[in-house]
Amino acid sequence: MMKQLVILSGKGGTGKTSVAAVFAHLAHDGPQSLRAVLADADVDAANLELVLEPDQTESHDFVGGSVAVIDAQLCQGCGICEQVCHFDAVLAPSSREEHYAYSIDTIACEGCAACVYQCLEEAVHMEAKVVGQWYRSESRYGPLFHAELRPAQENSGKLVTLVKQQARLLALDEGYQAVIVDGPPGIGCPVISAASGADLALIVAEPTAAGIHDMERVLQTTAHFRVPALVCINKADIYPGGAAQIEAYCRERGIEIVGHIPFDMSVTDAMVHGEPVTAWRPETSASRALTDIWQVIAGRLNGLEKKDEQNE
Amino acid sequence: MIIAVASGKGGTGKTTVATSLALSLAAELTPEPLFLDCDVEAPNAHLFLQPAFDQRQEVSILIPSVDEAICTHCGKCAEVCQYHAIAVLGTKTLVFPQLCHGCGSCTALCPEWAISEIPKVIGVLERGVTPEGIPFGRGLMNIGEPMAVPIIRQLKKWAVPRPQQVVIMDAPPGTSCPVVESMRGADFVLLVTEPTPFGLHDLRLAVQVAHDLDVPVGVIINRDCSDDARVDVFCVDADIPILMRVPFERSIAEGIARGQTLIEIHPEYAERLRVMFAEIVERAL
Repeated sequence: MMKQLVILSGKGGTGKTSVAAVFAHLAHDGPQSLRAVLADADVDAANLELVLEPDQTESHDFVGGSVAVIDAQLCQGCGICEQVCHFDAVLAPSSREEHYAYSIDTIACEGCAACVYQCLEEAVHMEAKVVGQWYRSESRYGPLFHAELRPAQENSGKLVTLVKQQARLLALDEGYQAVIVDGPPGIGCPVISAASGADLALIVAEPTAAGIHDMERVLQTTAHFRVPALVCINKADIYPGGAAQIEAYCRERGIEIVGHIPFDMSVTDAMVHGEPVTAWRPETSASRALTDIWQVIAGRLNGLEKKDEQNE
Repeated sequence: MIIAVASGKGGTGKTTVATSLALSLAAELTPEPLFLDCDVEAPNAHLFLQPAFDQRQEVSILIPSVDEAICTHCGKCAEVCQYHAIAVLGTKTLVFPQLCHGCGSCTALCPEWAISEIPKVIGVLERGVTPEGIPFGRGLMNIGEPMAVPIIRQLKKWAVPRPQQVVIMDAPPGTSCPVVESMRGADFVLLVTEPTPFGLHDLRLAVQVAHDLDVPVGVIINRDCSDDARVDVFCVDADIPILMRVPFERSIAEGIARGQTLIEIHPEYAERLRVMFAEIVERAL
């Protein structure tokens, strides 16, 4: 049985991608190896490939939603489109223009097509937009699926779903044991897409005022979608009071803390050198902590498997 | 003057910069700047500015409600819905609220007038004043809701600046729709980055968003410590001003972890931020 692990945080920049890169490395070469497919579900700002430096083997266009286009020749300037648009995406013509035609702000347009159906002149139609690319790559630690949503585009949730689906299909086809998903920040649509179907979530928390606040938000989100969550505390020693708050919060709710990663400049150095920290400097305190965390996570993913077999 | 503080990559210091910029300007400007936290998924600025919230308003989108007594199950609503948020199954018309964008298309196009719109609460707006007199507004998305954009849009309509009032907006990370909604209408986008490959990669994308929206940008390099000069090179090549550098210091990281602002940790940043603001005003005009 293939298992899906998703790495989340709520707050950005707490170290999700550094942890994901380490898991990719250790799943491949570590003490508890596990054949894994990797998926970068942060399609706004995909960074996992910057560490893994994989060879791209496939590239595909991602057609997101469509946007409305108004034919200026057909438009009679009645303005119904502007009235029906709930997204302020219809631009009134400037009075200086000779031909009085409305137009669409393609960035604001959510592609609902309300204007298309309600234009009396049939002057509006929808055009599909290529809003990004998705890729399959081969990294030194296994296949990686990732994507780039073009800046300022919609449908990041849909693209996340697609990237994960591709990773899952390959894992199922070729008998991989796990899919490791590097999630996006926040708790909204791309996070929901990244977490959906996950067997386990690892929350990378930071013992800072902002990090604790956002960890609570993302734990509420995983609970809402019934994804079991574990927590690790990154940069744990930067503010011991904050780490204690995280521990208290998790203890009260029966959420397990699987490790403390000390603040260690080797993590940043490794990123600058395009390596997971466990490959770059395996002996640093951060690498040792991450190796311990991986063993717990890998054990947990394997344990899920056994439980499933028993149930069958 | 509206300044949006954004980054692309998360955790680079948007909130650190935005809150300290607001505090440094509040000491000298009348009226005090208006602060809007547009990161409605994971808002943090209130932890540093400590406003006393005294006004609250729910944010809803309008979703369809089908009157089964009138509905003929003709399927027009499902045909016009681009989000698969309404479907006709035999003699039942089903609405999927999580998928609905609230565009109103089904309601307007139902031939039987069987659909009305009912509000669905997706979050809340809160407003108050900080101890320094900074008017503060934020949005908070409900857990499990996917769409941040309507909350940001409502926040901007609800907390309107007074004439001549400077607005500082703390944007969410990323480069997609919530970031666009936050930057839209800004006079200047202040991008906070860090000198790492991740920082640079995501900075490039954020610059592209601002360019698409035709808003001028400037960069702050935070946690400046490494020898990695690629962010500098990128900014020079793209003709983007580097407005400030904040060095990497463990003492800053520890202070922020405790909920202190940059100018509480290092008061000299107040003046530096005011000088930077003057340069932003000059560049935005």
